[in-house]
Amino acid sequence: MSFRFVVRKVLAAFATLAFVVCFNFFLFRVVEADPVANLYRGKNLTLDQRLEIRHEFGLDGSRGEQFLRYLQQTAQFNFGRSYATNRPVRSDIWERAKPTIVLVGVSTLLSTVFGVLIGIVSAWRRRSKLDYGWTGFTMATYSMPDFWLGMLLLVTFAVTLGWFPVGGITDTASSASGISKLFDQAHHMFLPALTLTLAYLGEYALVMRSSLLDTMREDYLTLARAKGLRDVVVRNRHAVPNALLPVVTLIAINFGFVLSGAIAVETIYSWPGLGLLSYEALRGPDLPMLQGLFLVFSGAVIVFNLLADLLYAVLDPRVRIE
Amino acid sequence: MSTLAASPRALAWQRRRRALGRAWGQYRRHRPGMIGLGILATIVAMALLAPVISDAKELDVVNTVDNPTWAKPWDFAPLGTDNFGRSVWAQFVWGARISLVVGLAATIVAIVIGSVVGILSGFYRGILSAVLARLTEWFLVIPFLPLAIVLAAILGPSIENLIFVIGITSWPSTARLVRAQVLTLKERPYVERSRALGASNRHLMGRHVLPNVSPIILANLTLTVPIAILSETTLAFLGLGDPSRASWGKMLEEAFEAGALGRNAWWYFLPPGLGIMAVVLAFTLIGTALEEILDPRLRERR
Repeated sequence: MSFRFVVRKVLAAFATLAFVVCFNFFLFRVVEADPVANLYRGKNLTLDQRLEIRHEFGLDGSRGEQFLRYLQQTAQFNFGRSYATNRPVRSDIWERAKPTIVLVGVSTLLSTVFGVLIGIVSAWRRRSKLDYGWTGFTMATYSMPDFWLGMLLLVTFAVTLGWFPVGGITDTASSASGISKLFDQAHHMFLPALTLTLAYLGEYALVMRSSLLDTMREDYLTLARAKGLRDVVVRNRHAVPNALLPVVTLIAINFGFVLSGAIAVETIYSWPGLGLLSYEALRGPDLPMLQGLFLVFSGAVIVFNLLADLLYAVLDPRVRIE
Repeated sequence: MSTLAASPRALAWQRRRRALGRAWGQYRRHRPGMIGLGILATIVAMALLAPVISDAKELDVVNTVDNPTWAKPWDFAPLGTDNFGRSVWAQFVWGARISLVVGLAATIVAIVIGSVVGILSGFYRGILSAVLARLTEWFLVIPFLPLAIVLAAILGPSIENLIFVIGITSWPSTARLVRAQVLTLKERPYVERSRALGASNRHLMGRHVLPNVSPIILANLTLTVPIAILSETTLAFLGLGDPSRASWGKMLEEAFEAGALGRNAWWYFLPPGLGIMAVVLAFTLIGTALEEILDPRLRERR
């Protein structure tokens, strides 16, 4: 991979990041008149107190000054203080990021493995009952709102059958530690992870299926068969590795998006991650928190998009020429 | 047919009518597409007949104080009642209207923006094209849900704002698709010929580019509606829906907030979800069928 290609992609990613950072500032400043007045509605504040609060939240001075200060603070990863908790936004986001990354990581892994397997089976046995069955299943899960699927699983397996806890990340009553604590957390994560896995699975299965169908028309597969290779070898050694290309980049691109996609599902299961944090910030509305989350979510997408581009160039030499 | 006497305009219309007839003939033989159309027709009929098949008074808490709360289906009202004694059936039927209207209107906003940006950035060269292409790429990267949440939180919950928010966040994929198509279209010989004959840019775009990208726009439109409806559902569930005009997503929010899950009140949270699923499935089936009919390369697959 040429050095120039990498530099170009990285520069483009930085340009996008700069756009998002500016967009974020204007999005909140243009529409919002006076958050201090909103927050302290009904309380009698003296003018001095009002000015002090405005200063604390960085709302004093002209638009230009605010913008410069915002740029400087953002460059230092300082996203301001939360209106709700008065703690730095950064530390709240940092704390809540881990549960989301674990949940989303596990779900992405499971959904890609099973999605790819389903896609291979449906494409290789095209128009069989198996194909129709799996395509129907993936179409159904794709058509559901993910949080509604979560509600169904919650009612069935937690409320009615009682196999799993209804929400949270640990049993607050127990003081378990070590292995049993880990087990407890896995127990809590099972239903949200199952929900997200089923919700993501459909897309991977459909993409893998259509990618493999395209690959199956290539001449080199006919050649492989003509050489007398067994069906399994043709599939696993010749067809699948090439068909995997679009899926691999899709995974990288999606991983950036799913961080923010789990907002409603985390809310259903009160999973204490970035999604639930967004939901809480929305109820306020806690604007600095929303602003910080917006930056983090967008940044994740940009980083993973860049990784997807570079990964694609490594895997598929044709891209590098362009 | 006396084609000799017909004017060019009449000829063009004749040709279009025939093409449409052919497309419909193909569509009719497409089984998944017809199933989708059937599901959609049923739900649209239900939404249109809402005043006939349910009583709008049952939606308002003021009128339902005497009703039993959490009544099971058929014990009271066709689909039971919620925590305020409101009929779930009435909410379901009237909610269909809001979900469909928001989904369709937001899609139209997205498609109009996407098509205009796509055609302009594909047709022209230079700064305008570069800026629009960059803008499309940037908007593709901004994660939809956080942006929609931020916008909706700032603008406040109302149907018009929801339509605006979903529309303004869903256009980039259409723009990219249309742009790619326009880039290949404008190099075609007949466009060159028309330009050589002195056609203006506006004429070229209106007469040659737009008619040729419209099938793609149509297929893209039917595939954007399910995304818009799912977005509306999620936003409404997060509390950004119009409180006075409840959609299916808003119903799910109210069911969740009222503790329907803990009581296993399946008659409250099952119908709106099934409704959304049916509409999304219907539009996906129709859109995929249209794509296959309009794009011959896809036809041999599947």
